[in-house]
Amino acid sequence: MAMYNTKVMEHFTNPHNVGEIENADGIGTYGSPVCGDMMQISIKVEDDVIVDAKFKTFGCGSAIASSSMATEMIIGKTIDEALSMTNKQIVDELGGLPPVKIHCSVLADHAIKSAIYDYAEKNGKTYAGLEGFDPNAEEDDHHHDIEEEE
Amino acid sequence: MRQVYLDYSATTPVKKEVLDEMLPYFSEHFGNPSSLYSIAQNSKQALDLARERVAKLINANPNEVFFTAGGSEADNWALEGILDAHKDKGNHMITTKIEHHAILHTGEFLSKRGCEVTYLDVDSEGFINLEELESAITDKTVLISIIFANNEVGTVQPIKAISEIAKKHGVFLHVDAVQALGNVPIDVKELGVDLMSMSGHKIYGPKGVGALYIRKGVKISNLIHGGAQEMKKRAGTENLTGIVGFGKAADMARENLDEHIKSISQLRDYFIKEVQEKIPHTIVNGSMKHRHPGNANISFEYIEGESILMLLDMNGICVSTGSACSSKSLTPSHVLSAMGIPVERIHGTIRFSIGEFTTKEDLDYVIEKLVEIVGTLRALSPISAEKGWN
Repeated sequence: MAMYNTKVMEHFTNPHNVGEIENADGIGTYGSPVCGDMMQISIKVEDDVIVDAKFKTFGCGSAIASSSMATEMIIGKTIDEALSMTNKQIVDELGGLPPVKIHCSVLADHAIKSAIYDYAEKNGKTYAGLEGFDPNAEEDDHHHDIEEEE
Repeated sequence: MRQVYLDYSATTPVKKEVLDEMLPYFSEHFGNPSSLYSIAQNSKQALDLARERVAKLINANPNEVFFTAGGSEADNWALEGILDAHKDKGNHMITTKIEHHAILHTGEFLSKRGCEVTYLDVDSEGFINLEELESAITDKTVLISIIFANNEVGTVQPIKAISEIAKKHGVFLHVDAVQALGNVPIDVKELGVDLMSMSGHKIYGPKGVGALYIRKGVKISNLIHGGAQEMKKRAGTENLTGIVGFGKAADMARENLDEHIKSISQLRDYFIKEVQEKIPHTIVNGSMKHRHPGNANISFEYIEGESILMLLDMNGICVSTGSACSSKSLTPSHVLSAMGIPVERIHGTIRFSIGEFTTKEDLDYVIEKLVEIVGTLRALSPISAEKGWN
């Protein structure tokens, strides 16, 4: 489909790291089906390094591709490195997303932070990268006013 | 790869017989129908024949059919033209929340210019409430505009009953029949409508041509100003090739109407039955009793429509979605919202629209792919029947 590049299509049609980690060290969910996309990311952490990450996503092609790419990017990273990752980096790694789909990468970024937040809470840890992060904050970038016609 | 087009409500391919009739009017019979010399007479005759053919499809008189550049122009003209011509009587119009944007946005435009517009609610199947309609009429009401067959869910409104209410109160009735034309029997005299919008490209004719039926005696202001074409009501040199094509398409639609409705609704019913049998947690939206014969609007719970659409596209299957995530729009379908369907379910809604070139084999292929795709996406989804929506 012309709206997405080959890289995005690859991650959409053959997403990496799909599923839920059993006995995960942290689970984060972001978005809601009412908004049209919802992501759940679970992580396995050893010595402050994310050794595994899996996702489940309700959403469009770019939401699924963003989740796939985001989990790919954080595996092997330290928590601090993962927290310093931005949604723009996800977009760049995907080779770009259509402007109306940028919020999908924001969602993936938030879902990762939520999973780390959960890990930090469970283990009594604090990370500079989580300062001011609220896993229950409302999404605010879902309202655009472009319409489609036939 | 197999290609299956199931988006006939978006547009239809031009039939070969239609194209064949159009072709000579590009270069051979190119004369301007308004010119007086002999070669232009061919053009004039072709224009007259097309008008007769469109008129015959809806049981109108040819002098009640005015060609436009499409359904949207006809909708704009009906609303603006009637409200302008009857501004001495009032400034109020009544329409519904499930109209096409050509009506909704014209309503918004008219509101900015001092008109008042009432948008009627619909029930869970997409029907308006006739009592609500009648009680919305005031002494300032000039026009009622109702979509005949809805473009998303296919619900067919009780036009005859609506026209009786309109007549009783001396209010004009405009019907947007862009989807209904060629898919529902239409007799404007019997239905009692005053104005009706039509389009060529939904009935296997070309794009860029449509018509407004204006009952004889209805006073309406012009929308497009200029020359004396279309009995002085719609200026601009006629889109002759388009009009010829629309006329031929209308003629074929009329000859084949009963068979078209029967065969397409059979295919549609088969498709819906198979999908519901093979894929759990699917919901058909709209009325099964009064429905466009080719429309199957289905919600697949726990997954999102654009991803379904894209995976179908990768398998050569063309459909459309009510999802907010669909290519250019991030607002969920206003039609499904008005029907009270929960937003999370709207996101997973696909409109399949079946047409004359659809075969049972096409549908079997689509069902097979749908089973796979819905399975894949549900495996990816954090939501499920067991877990619920949260």
